Amino acid sequence: MSDLFLSMKNISKRYTGVQALDSVDFEIERGEIHCLVGENGSGKSTLIKIISGVEQPDDGAQIEIEGQRQHHLQSIDSIRKGIEVIYQDLSLFSNLTVAENIALAQTIAADSRFINWGAVRRIAESATERIEVQIPLDELVTDLSVADQQLVAICRALTSDVKLLILDEPTTALTRKEIEALFRVITDLQTKGIATLFVSHKLDEVLQIAQRVTVLRDGKKIGVFPSGELSSEKLTFLMTGKKLDYSHYEYSAQSVQPLLEAKDLSKAGNFKDINFTLLPGEIVGITGLLGSGRTELAQCLFGMTQPDSGEIRVLGEAVHIRSVPEAINLGIGYVPENRLVQGLVMEQSVGKNVVITIIEKILGALRLIDPRKRKESIKHWIEELSIRIPSVESPVQTLSGGNQQRVVVAKWIATDPKILILDGPTVGIDVAAKSAIHEIIRKLARKGMGIIVISDEVAEVFHNCNRILVMHKGRLVDEFRAAETSEEEVQSCVYTVR
Amino acid sequence: MKKWFKHHETYVLLVIILFSMIITLVNPNFLTLENMFDLLKSYSFIGIFAVGVTFVLISGGIDISFTAVATVAEYVMAVVIIKYGGNILLAFLLAAGVGILLGLINATLIHFFKIPTIITTIATLNIFYGILTVLSGGKWIYALPDWFRSFADIRIFTLHSAEGIAYGLSIITLIWIVVIVVAWAILRFTKLGRGIYAMGGSMTAARRVGFNIFKLQMFVYSFMGLMAGLAGVVQALLVQTVAPNSIVGKELDVLAAVVLGGASLAGGTGTLFGTILGVTLIAIMSNGLTLMRVSSFWYNVFIGLVIILSVSFSAYQRRARTKRAIIIEGE
Repeated sequence: MSDLFLSMKNISKRYTGVQALDSVDFEIERGEIHCLVGENGSGKSTLIKIISGVEQPDDGAQIEIEGQRQHHLQSIDSIRKGIEVIYQDLSLFSNLTVAENIALAQTIAADSRFINWGAVRRIAESATERIEVQIPLDELVTDLSVADQQLVAICRALTSDVKLLILDEPTTALTRKEIEALFRVITDLQTKGIATLFVSHKLDEVLQIAQRVTVLRDGKKIGVFPSGELSSEKLTFLMTGKKLDYSHYEYSAQSVQPLLEAKDLSKAGNFKDINFTLLPGEIVGITGLLGSGRTELAQCLFGMTQPDSGEIRVLGEAVHIRSVPEAINLGIGYVPENRLVQGLVMEQSVGKNVVITIIEKILGALRLIDPRKRKESIKHWIEELSIRIPSVESPVQTLSGGNQQRVVVAKWIATDPKILILDGPTVGIDVAAKSAIHEIIRKLARKGMGIIVISDEVAEVFHNCNRILVMHKGRLVDEFRAAETSEEEVQSCVYTVR
Repeated sequence: MKKWFKHHETYVLLVIILFSMIITLVNPNFLTLENMFDLLKSYSFIGIFAVGVTFVLISGGIDISFTAVATVAEYVMAVVIIKYGGNILLAFLLAAGVGILLGLINATLIHFFKIPTIITTIATLNIFYGILTVLSGGKWIYALPDWFRSFADIRIFTLHSAEGIAYGLSIITLIWIVVIVVAWAILRFTKLGRGIYAMGGSMTAARRVGFNIFKLQMFVYSFMGLMAGLAGVVQALLVQTVAPNSIVGKELDVLAAVVLGGASLAGGTGTLFGTILGVTLIAIMSNGLTLMRVSSFWYNVFIGLVIILSVSFSAYQRRARTKRAIIIEGE
């Protein structure tokens, strides 16, 4: 008997007009930690859907689980074979308690039509014990942190006799520390003979956890590699087919008049004694753990909240930014952390989203929107940021993550800001789209804009900023010049336990 | 103690106690057994509806058509028992059958055409009610059989007031109580019930974890239909006439009661205990205002205010609970 848990051969899947997968072969060994990488649209999610039986492959496919040929694999068969998927959205029931969430799958599988609450509790307890975590079982899932919710999802998967755990982009919303904890759980599961298929955009994580990596590009399998033979650069090349530029952002002094200054800025419960300056043409990175106060600082600079004490100066003049329109008038733009929730009106067209911040500028006579001006400015920004869309009338929700992010950026640079604050500008988008966004940021800075990039990916701020500020528990604890430091140095500053 | 204040129900209960005290101070007749039994009887009708609506709201849907369903069930029941005779059990079975059937029509439309539940049920409200009006010509029915009349007067136990008037726990209230107990058991102790909560929490997640959404929806809307059928008969028992236009229009009263009880229009939350409290609050406000000789027109204003206050208060509570704070060093 071979050591393969799952073997898939000649997997193709065609949707109307798109070849999502093109005769892909894929295999996972028992107890292996395997990573699946590829850009958006490379076919990763389709492959997962086929493994989990949600979608059926086109004719000619061969799937074997534990040496047994599977015909028409359905979700229920896949679950019975011990395959559990934890989707990015976790598929938890936020209105139910932790215990019920964990035990639900078991409860449904049971023959009885009735619920035994004692059994629910026992199942939940044994699952949490298995990965040695403490989660309050009677809390509603909605009251937990994202990291804890993820553990609940893993516990739920463990209640069945799981042999392959599939994690779809599990680390997107986690801090570094939480990711380490998750990785410990995964390696712990491996010692119990459970294989993990890990899908991620973050290449350093992939290389850290995986034994083997399968790379997909445009629905085709590029290859499967032992992670020891790979580096971030090589992996990027395999995924995109092109070499990406990892150069630093070179800042050349344009003016010594700071665009933005913060002096002893404090807000109780959020941040304390923040001092920094931002010069024209600078890209300043603010990094730190989730909850270090970085987002709260950004929101304060943008007038969404008011500081308790301290001063904000724009172009040397002390200002009180009491609202978002005031911030926009002062030339400040803000691209929020959660682009889906705060940045875009998802159901509306790309065009309408782009001009939403500059309605004042496209008004014609009678203060009504001038259709000609509107069309021109939409066209201008879409070209400027090379947003690929079938039509400006397409709803934003139909775009890929990378293009959505560009629409948000377009929306804000359309206001012609002097200062642009980007909070997590590339969260959840793939490598190529990421580098395109970075290119836009650099281009804007070279034109004299001052840019603040907030990110928990140290690599991102290190490569794209000329200065890096590290926040910890609401304070600025250190400052680095990118040219005079190394990624490791910044990394260790962020993760040092204080 | 602290745990109680996490629950919406606690606040509704406090409001009920407060109102009761105020009303009793103005008119001591309010807090008498006689008045309480009377309220329990006359609000059984709204109460049975509310149980069905609770199920629908928990499942993440909404139903507007239940009043029309109740009217159709009531009318069909009345016509049949007058023409062919029968007994009270048959009357209930008949109305229940009609209710379930119309509920299944709702569920089918919702599931297969993926129309939002509110639109589907607004449409079916008009269709069901429209067809009934056309076929019945809007005629009222008065000549209900004697056994139907006498059933309504049955009391589980009887007490006498100081003036010698008999009162007690009506069999109609007992029907409501039985409905609540059965519904509570379904929600709390069956896979089906937990499935309804799961579906209301997240339809996609429920499907992924293996629930059959079609079956769940069929159950939820036919259960609503069943409740509507029962409520139709109860209404006929209470007023002893069947008028095609007497029930339709009460949808929002029932929804108000259920929402007051803590069920969310977003789905996934709500309890039967909350619904009972919601119905109770509506009942004592209506009754209390009458006893305090306040014009009944004020009733609507009060209901509206109480809904806004109670719902926004519990939303505020939730927000305060989940607000994240950052610990700053040295503070």
